[in-house]
Amino acid sequence: MSAEDEAIRRDQEERLLQAWKTPTGWRYWSEVNNTQVGLWYMAAAFSFFLFAGVLALLIRVQLAFPDNDFLSADKYNQVFTLHGSVMMFLFAVPIFEAFSIYVLPQMLGSRDLPFPRLSAYGFWCFVIGGVFVCGSIFFDAAPKGGWFMYPPLTTRFQEGLGADIWLLGLSFIEVASIAAAVELIVGILKCRPPGMRINLMPLYAWYVLVVGAMILFAFPPLIAGDLLFELERMLDWPFFDPSRGGDPILWQHLFWIFGHPEVYIIFLPSVALVAMMVPTLARTPIVGYSWIVLAAVGTGFLSFGLWVHHMFTTGLPGISLGFFSAASVAVAIPTGVQIFCFLATLVAGRVARTVPMLFVSGALAIFVLGGLTGVMVAIAPFDFQAHDTYFVVAHLHYVLIGGMLFPVFAGIAYFYPLVGGKMLSPRLGRIAFWLMFVGFNVAFLPMHFTGLRGMPRRVFTYPEGLGFDGLNLISTVGAFILAAGVLVFAWDVVRPKGRQPYGPRNPWNAGTLEWLAEVPPDKPWGVRSVPVIESRYPLWEQPDLVRNVDAGRYYIPDAEERKRETLVTSVLDAEPEECLRLPGPTYLTIAAAASTGGVFIFSTFHWWWAAAVSGLLGLATILVWLWTGTALVPEKPWKDVGMELELPLYRSGPESVGWWAMFITMLGDSTAFASLVFGYFFYWTVHDDFPPEGAGPDLAWPAVAAVCILGSWLLTLGARSWNREGRGTAFTVALGVAVVLAVAGAAALLIAPAGLDPTSHVYPAIVWVLMIWAALHVGLGVVMQGYVLARRWAGRLTAEYDIDIRNVALYWHFAAATAGVTVAVVAGFPLVG
Amino acid sequence: MALRIASPTGAVLVVLVAACDGPQSALDVAGDGATRIADLFWGMAAGAAVIWIGVVGLAVYATRVRPGEHSGRTAKLLLIGGGVVFPTIVLTGLLSYGLLLIPELREPSDGRLIVSVTGEQWWWRVRYETADGRTVELANELRLPVGEAVEVRLESRDVIHAFWVPSLAGKIDMVPGRVTRLSLKPTRTGEFRGACAEYCGESHALMAFPVAVMEPAAFAAWLEDQHALAAPPSTPETERGARLFMAMGCGSCHAVRGTAAAGTIGPDLTHIGGRASLGAGILVNDVDAFARWIAETDHVKPGVRMPAFGMLAESDLRALGQYLESLQ
Repeated sequence: MSAEDEAIRRDQEERLLQAWKTPTGWRYWSEVNNTQVGLWYMAAAFSFFLFAGVLALLIRVQLAFPDNDFLSADKYNQVFTLHGSVMMFLFAVPIFEAFSIYVLPQMLGSRDLPFPRLSAYGFWCFVIGGVFVCGSIFFDAAPKGGWFMYPPLTTRFQEGLGADIWLLGLSFIEVASIAAAVELIVGILKCRPPGMRINLMPLYAWYVLVVGAMILFAFPPLIAGDLLFELERMLDWPFFDPSRGGDPILWQHLFWIFGHPEVYIIFLPSVALVAMMVPTLARTPIVGYSWIVLAAVGTGFLSFGLWVHHMFTTGLPGISLGFFSAASVAVAIPTGVQIFCFLATLVAGRVARTVPMLFVSGALAIFVLGGLTGVMVAIAPFDFQAHDTYFVVAHLHYVLIGGMLFPVFAGIAYFYPLVGGKMLSPRLGRIAFWLMFVGFNVAFLPMHFTGLRGMPRRVFTYPEGLGFDGLNLISTVGAFILAAGVLVFAWDVVRPKGRQPYGPRNPWNAGTLEWLAEVPPDKPWGVRSVPVIESRYPLWEQPDLVRNVDAGRYYIPDAEERKRETLVTSVLDAEPEECLRLPGPTYLTIAAAASTGGVFIFSTFHWWWAAAVSGLLGLATILVWLWTGTALVPEKPWKDVGMELELPLYRSGPESVGWWAMFITMLGDSTAFASLVFGYFFYWTVHDDFPPEGAGPDLAWPAVAAVCILGSWLLTLGARSWNREGRGTAFTVALGVAVVLAVAGAAALLIAPAGLDPTSHVYPAIVWVLMIWAALHVGLGVVMQGYVLARRWAGRLTAEYDIDIRNVALYWHFAAATAGVTVAVVAGFPLVG
Repeated sequence: MALRIASPTGAVLVVLVAACDGPQSALDVAGDGATRIADLFWGMAAGAAVIWIGVVGLAVYATRVRPGEHSGRTAKLLLIGGGVVFPTIVLTGLLSYGLLLIPELREPSDGRLIVSVTGEQWWWRVRYETADGRTVELANELRLPVGEAVEVRLESRDVIHAFWVPSLAGKIDMVPGRVTRLSLKPTRTGEFRGACAEYCGESHALMAFPVAVMEPAAFAAWLEDQHALAAPPSTPETERGARLFMAMGCGSCHAVRGTAAAGTIGPDLTHIGGRASLGAGILVNDVDAFARWIAETDHVKPGVRMPAFGMLAESDLRALGQYLESLQ
């Protein structure tokens, strides 16, 4: 390299450094870059893991001896409820999102995810909601209904705020989870390096795509359920109260439509980690790439058809038992395919004995047993005995610890050098592994027998002489050995490593792009230049790739304007489409998270005014965030991104990341709405007199609402076209009328059920919920219409730069469909039914 | 050494069997349903053990025994054979067997004896209805004739509970607003234990009940006795207890048939002295236990709706206990 080239390179690096510099001092916390946010996110999720682990030890101490009084019944119930809820909602799902935020851009040779501020917002929501939920136990106010919170126990038979803390705190976190899912899906679809066609993606990206889609369709039913639940608790709307037409079983459906996919949402990302580690550690490409992708998609798909196997003992008809039993057994096949892909890869390759490999092997031994007991409980007759006993406790811990925790620990040992450039200690790793592996089996293997001998789960104590005593004591001893292993591992992770030398770059000799990471890792830009990819294992199969990336010979090697940028490519073939400007550090995300969190937290305590003020502040913060940070008109339309390519700095419509984010978000939103409609028809199936004869609402107001909202939607579409044609007046008039029509439509939706008392019976209650849901969507649509009017007036929306109006029009498709379906169900169905 | 264990396999079997018995064990069977399911379990457990050893053995072979490279063809064959063909065959067989078992386990009884059980926080209201149309309300205990299929109808007054007698059959939930059914056919006499399996609140752990499977004649005699009115107090001590019982207002929640006590909120006490346990399967049935239960109810069963009568003198508690114990 000539001296001149060297000088150019140094200047480029200087500018990149300025663009991507992490703020220092207290401003550090305003950073939004995926590397920092991902680290914080992982640290927070692990803290919650350790907290929930301590709760588990409390459980085990209480159960070590019969008739023990270490914990009172009430305290025990809080502890086990929080243990399950925290592990599921604050560790198992978030740790995957955290790690994906951290590593995905690296794996895709990208500088960041497309919406860094959204990641940061999600993180802050997660921390606020998590601390709120966990903190409750120190005030003796924790939820105590079990992690699936079955009503009517939790709606009418437990005092205190625990259930509200669970519902509102976790709903808030679920919203953050969905935000992260949207971010990750768009990141995978649109931010891959040029040439990385969809069939060349690292398997991890495939899994994240599948899991992101699952989150999108699994979490919203729970949010809809939470809404019904909270309305029953706060306003006495009788969704789950059988004396007024409600049914507690509806909650079980909504919960498990979420809850079962949730298990796979936890499990699949860990399989993804294994899919990244196994080829490296066996020094050979994965055997059966397309098998594994199909199996992952198949598992994700099937997982939505199994939820009833959590309800086998509710007295369902035999035909339902048969169907869901078959589906539950069927899911074992794609799961088996994935495991055998790994086994086949190990057989084909030459396996190195390392700590990650040790944890992967342990995971396999544990998970396979959990899978086998899973097949057992999928056979309905056996489940009649095993359900709600310690057999199921054993089964689920084998699945989750073998299928999730061990792979995650393997992943930490494997990916740790990415974070600080230093390796973990193999000696401590092996000690930790054996303590964990032995401790786990000592703790949980006996539980199969404890359960079959008749010990139900969720009991705070048991009498002596039933045969539970010895088995429980063994389990407790095992739990402490397992905890010791976790502590050794945690110490290895956090112990000061100042004097330890840096490890080599790409220490495992892996083939995928995240191992481009430089050592020492002091370059915040992610990747020096965005490479062109031609294979699944570019570091193995593309000679000179590392050298060319480092020399800045690929795309965007420079940041002339000192702005953060990354490449956007097409969904299937990864053709370069846009040079995307990314937003930098801001406190807006923290402010938005705190104020939206306020809505949920203040509502828990029924401080309605505070909640309303907090909500308005949140809305204002988000509007400022959108106004100042999104759809910015660039200083020039095109930019030279290197390799003799010019790319636009602004794209709108389906080529833009924002359009995809809106589309994906609204798919999730529609799923929540569909869950509410499911509720309506569920009541119809269980009651002969639903909807009740002549119960209203009449046709008139709903029809007015439908017409107004249809008009508002059409005018919004018109405004989109007129904007593109540069007809400013037509745009303004159309949107002005659209706003008036939408307000009128929302009002008509709320006037329609005015004569119905939602506390009297479940019918008026579900009608009200549907109407309010639709009206809120139309109301949000009004805010958006006003926003684009203001944007155009301010010159931030033009004929050429029209992201805002196109995304708003996309939103309105969904809002109008929501309102239309609502009117058809509420006003139309009683006529035909 | 009296007991010689012949082999390691024998030792494992001894440990396994020892780890499976008990009055509440699903593997220590005494009923048709439980027998079917236990057989299913042992079959599946044996299959699972073989498969587990196979898979883990393969992993050990690939990583430790012969970590060298194998051909891609071997690997592909392994993937298709082990990942697709083998599980499909095994699972299809197992599923078919499981599905065929469902109608058998759900077979309705002949309906000569119907027992309705209502779950309440945290006890069981039990009603026997015989073919001749006579009914009697009892609580916290189940007795069944051996060899006869009995229909159990399950309801709940408050939250979701689950009715489970592992030695006899699988469990079924008790859901407010619904009636669920279960058919029990005991195959041998003996004493067993049932419990609530669905988490139902603070004292979920303390909601159990003794189950006795009896010879049909003994059962018929017992049921006839249950129809009888309460025995009047026969000693000065039990007479004092009976007076205290009325004076303290116990009768507003509890019924003692044949007296003025006709409450329906709590368990019927007409024959409580003859039951095998107190407080829904948590205390032995004796005078001391009665006294303890009445004096510190909320301590024995946290969150219970019955108020504690801790203000009563020890002698009063004993008198009450004597009286209740006399209600055989």
